[in-house]
Amino acid sequence: MKLFILTMLNGLTLAALYFLVASGFTLVFGLMRQVNLAHGSLYLLGAYVGWSTADASGSWFLGAAAGFVSMAVAGVLLQIGIFRRMEGQDLRQTLVTIGISIVLADLMLWIWGGKTYQFDPPGWLFGATPLPFINAYPTYRLVLLALSVVIGIALWLFLNRTPVGMMIRAGVDDRAMLSCSGVNVQRIFAITFAIGAGLAGLAGVVGGTALSIAPGEDTRYLLASLVVVIVGGMGSVTGAAIGALLIGLAEQLGLAYSPTYGVVYTFVILVAVLAFRPQGIMGRPA
Amino acid sequence: MSVTATTPATGIAWPWPVRPQHILLALFLIAYPLVATPFWTVQIGAQSLFFGVIALSLMFLAGYGGMVSLSQMTVAGVAAYMIALFGTNHVNIGFGWPWWAQVPAALIIATAAATLIGVIAVRTAGIYTIMITLAIGVVFFYFTRQNYAIFNGFSGFASVQAPVVLGINWRNPQPFYYLSLGVAAFCYLATVYVSRSTFGLSLQAIRDNPRRMGALGFNVYLHRVLAHSLAGFFAALGGVLLVWMNGRVSPGTIDIGPLINVLVIAVLGGLGRPIGPFIGAVVFVLLDNFAIDLIDPERFNLLIGSVFLLIVLFSPDGLLGLWQRLVGWSSTAGGAGSWRQNRSS
Amino acid sequence: MTGVGRRTILAATVAVGFALCAGSVQAQDTIKVGGLATLEGPFTVLGQDSMRGLELALKERNYTAGGKKIELITGSSDASPDSAVNAARKLVEQDGVQILVGPLSGDEGLAVKNYAKSQPQVTFINGTSAAQDTTLRDPAENFFRFTTDGAQWQAGLGEYAYSKGYKKVVTVAEDYSFPYTQVLGFMLGYCKAGGKVADKFWVPIGNKDFSTIVASIPDDIDAIYVALGGADAVNFLSQYQQGGGAKPLIGGSITVDQTILGSEGPSKTYMIGTPSAGPIADNWDNPSWKTFVEAYKKEFPDGFPSPSLFAHGYYVETKAMLDALDKVGGDLSDGQAKFREALATGEFDTPTGKVKLDKNRNAVADIFLTEVAEGPDGKLFNKVVKVIPQVNQTLGFAEEEFLALGPVSRDNPQCP
Repeated sequence: MKLFILTMLNGLTLAALYFLVASGFTLVFGLMRQVNLAHGSLYLLGAYVGWSTADASGSWFLGAAAGFVSMAVAGVLLQIGIFRRMEGQDLRQTLVTIGISIVLADLMLWIWGGKTYQFDPPGWLFGATPLPFINAYPTYRLVLLALSVVIGIALWLFLNRTPVGMMIRAGVDDRAMLSCSGVNVQRIFAITFAIGAGLAGLAGVVGGTALSIAPGEDTRYLLASLVVVIVGGMGSVTGAAIGALLIGLAEQLGLAYSPTYGVVYTFVILVAVLAFRPQGIMGRPA
Repeated sequence: MSVTATTPATGIAWPWPVRPQHILLALFLIAYPLVATPFWTVQIGAQSLFFGVIALSLMFLAGYGGMVSLSQMTVAGVAAYMIALFGTNHVNIGFGWPWWAQVPAALIIATAAATLIGVIAVRTAGIYTIMITLAIGVVFFYFTRQNYAIFNGFSGFASVQAPVVLGINWRNPQPFYYLSLGVAAFCYLATVYVSRSTFGLSLQAIRDNPRRMGALGFNVYLHRVLAHSLAGFFAALGGVLLVWMNGRVSPGTIDIGPLINVLVIAVLGGLGRPIGPFIGAVVFVLLDNFAIDLIDPERFNLLIGSVFLLIVLFSPDGLLGLWQRLVGWSSTAGGAGSWRQNRSS
Repeated sequence: MTGVGRRTILAATVAVGFALCAGSVQAQDTIKVGGLATLEGPFTVLGQDSMRGLELALKERNYTAGGKKIELITGSSDASPDSAVNAARKLVEQDGVQILVGPLSGDEGLAVKNYAKSQPQVTFINGTSAAQDTTLRDPAENFFRFTTDGAQWQAGLGEYAYSKGYKKVVTVAEDYSFPYTQVLGFMLGYCKAGGKVADKFWVPIGNKDFSTIVASIPDDIDAIYVALGGADAVNFLSQYQQGGGAKPLIGGSITVDQTILGSEGPSKTYMIGTPSAGPIADNWDNPSWKTFVEAYKKEFPDGFPSPSLFAHGYYVETKAMLDALDKVGGDLSDGQAKFREALATGEFDTPTGKVKLDKNRNAVADIFLTEVAEGPDGKLFNKVVKVIPQVNQTLGFAEEEFLALGPVSRDNPQCP
């Protein structure tokens, strides 16, 4: 019983992390139909930049902010420099972003080396919180869960209660019409990409504090984002939340109860969803 | 598109006129092992040829079918594992069949796997196809790594031996090279032939406008699945050669890196013409082996990634397109060139 | 312009390019040695340290042995067996090396051993690859390993852990061959002394989330045997502590390294008293070891603070090669027969004691049993408890009994 509760909690907190990473991806994918396979690299690069900032300044919060801001800037650069020139060419975007991720991965290996980095968060964040039924649970993970919920609500409010959010949602539904109604679509794109990439960078710092950062994490979180977004539905933040929940729980339950093949479960879910409901749980049929 | 064909009595039109440079290329390829050292014959020559074949299978699906599949290396891996399982290997899990039973069995199973992948993947399009094939590849990779009963897990299979037929050991440099050359030539000619056949033309039309083709009464689904099967067969042939050359197969052979490498090779050479993947394979294999002598070996990925990025940014038709542009050759309107213009609907 | 020009020129250029790259001819008084390590991918840092060990051994002899010059050619792999075989093939068939030192990781070693069988004219000397079966089962006549394997590295740890009062433990390790051998080495001694291993937890490779394992660890055990790499061990420990755990740890050979010893906060006091075993001990108070460490630090000021077991391993292998070359006066004629004889029968001095080979050409060497202690400067270090002398590949067991255990796997051995 204790194992089950712990596993569910672990799945929940992992889902929170996946939601943070994937929400940016789904916005970009859903609105701009842009496939950014360098999203995982943004996660890792944000984590490294955040680590170096935190190391240099001594403040973990500054590191987290640096992770967000630096990746937001990177996102805008990517949008202006690359995606704007390749509108509509799905395959070419995919290939270009794959190339960028290969190059970035090696550059990061060059600059930060192959070792694993641990963050140094404030003491009150790290420790055990006593909970009923189970002895204790890491405080940090609960904070992570809370942070994801806050950001999720903030995103929802942004998309549903602000003019910019309204334009983004309109763009997801019908980009041509949005452009016809006089909105500067490129600016909207840039803002969306900045938010999406910034979220990935922030997730890098936040996730890296829980699970440390090392080369290879970029591929892992890219695959996770892909699975979450496809299962949840493109362009829908709610979908990303549902997808993250499904995948996070599946992964932890798999690790706990069938560790030998548990790693495979997330991908089996992906294949199943793509085979039977390609638009995802909350997605609209094409 | 100009097509001149001589029509012999059998009624099969030879797809394109045989020009002097084709003969020269053929002569060079045949004479190559006579001048090259064993290392150059096998590790560079034969390896380029069978990696080219695996990349050709990707090019066939992407160029003619409009479906970019990242699971071609997985199919090759299935064939490789089946050869190891049906033959002898160092942990004696194998059946110990002779080569003339192993090879057809491996090819059939791998092609069946490719067909299965096709059935799952053809209902998706564009980026979704890439993702689902990548996911399938990842599933197979993890499964082979975790399962010890059939796949011997992390260590994989070693001591896989190429057959000795009529006293010739097919793993010796020259026989192995000629075997790879034969397989590559077969796959290349088959691709060219199929691309001009009714099936191939319908496939390309489906790539360009599936709705219209469906309305015209073509079975879009079946065409696409069959394309996967055929491409899978090519990849399976490549996989058999791969396991014979290395004498081993392990999950590392079908890891995400190698899956992406096949895409890199195909795009590098050019997805427009069947010769493209082979050019890409030669460049890739040369860089892989000699980068350590030129630059810091640690930065190999940076080098290959940058080359790949530059090609995709500035010459979407790969090195072949670059070459054609340099010598002022206008690209043909038909063929596989139009994959680039495929818009998302 | 007709078709003859373009494609023909392309073909011709390629042909000329290939033809220019013929194999090279070597002078009679130079010996070509290939050095193979993981210089690509995430293990690059370890591979670089290996090469430092190799180069240190060569530099000490001024790149000369047996009266001949040594020419070093480097080969690089990315820790996958396929890339190791490709790199070995390039070194042997293209660069023409006569002796190859490497590779670094266990499964690469198995692949290179198999390749060695097809190249009987070249002598293959191991790097640090520590898989058992490289020499224990189906060894190659021309493959020599002067470092010990993963199971040997844990010699003495099991008995010591039992004597500390740990009667029942669980193991936590990554799910692949090297940790399997480490657990085997620990369990052989531990189970024989009477200990019980309640459960074995195998973590998928690359997984950094140990929360489910932490939740599954039973309460009635005395200690946890952890055979994870240093950084993963830090993650495990912090997640374990956050989950409320407090049992002592027993460390594998790569677990109690600088990463975890350098951690501050509650983890620090936690680690004190953790036993471990391995081929080296950073703070061993011994003149030959200290000389080696000083030489390493002087030659490579931007290397690690202290040579890793990878630098040590490659150093030992290269030194044995050089000593043997000296002994036979650089004579590599007749299929390198005299040289291989010298390798197989010699006894070599290394910074960590004497090393000689058994009948499978695997090393018999000293192993260090250590325990974490706090130094006078407040920093943690691995104190040497005991030096286990001349451990062989069957860890003191009779050979038939040892082989009867079967190859290592998740479930082998067991003693619940």
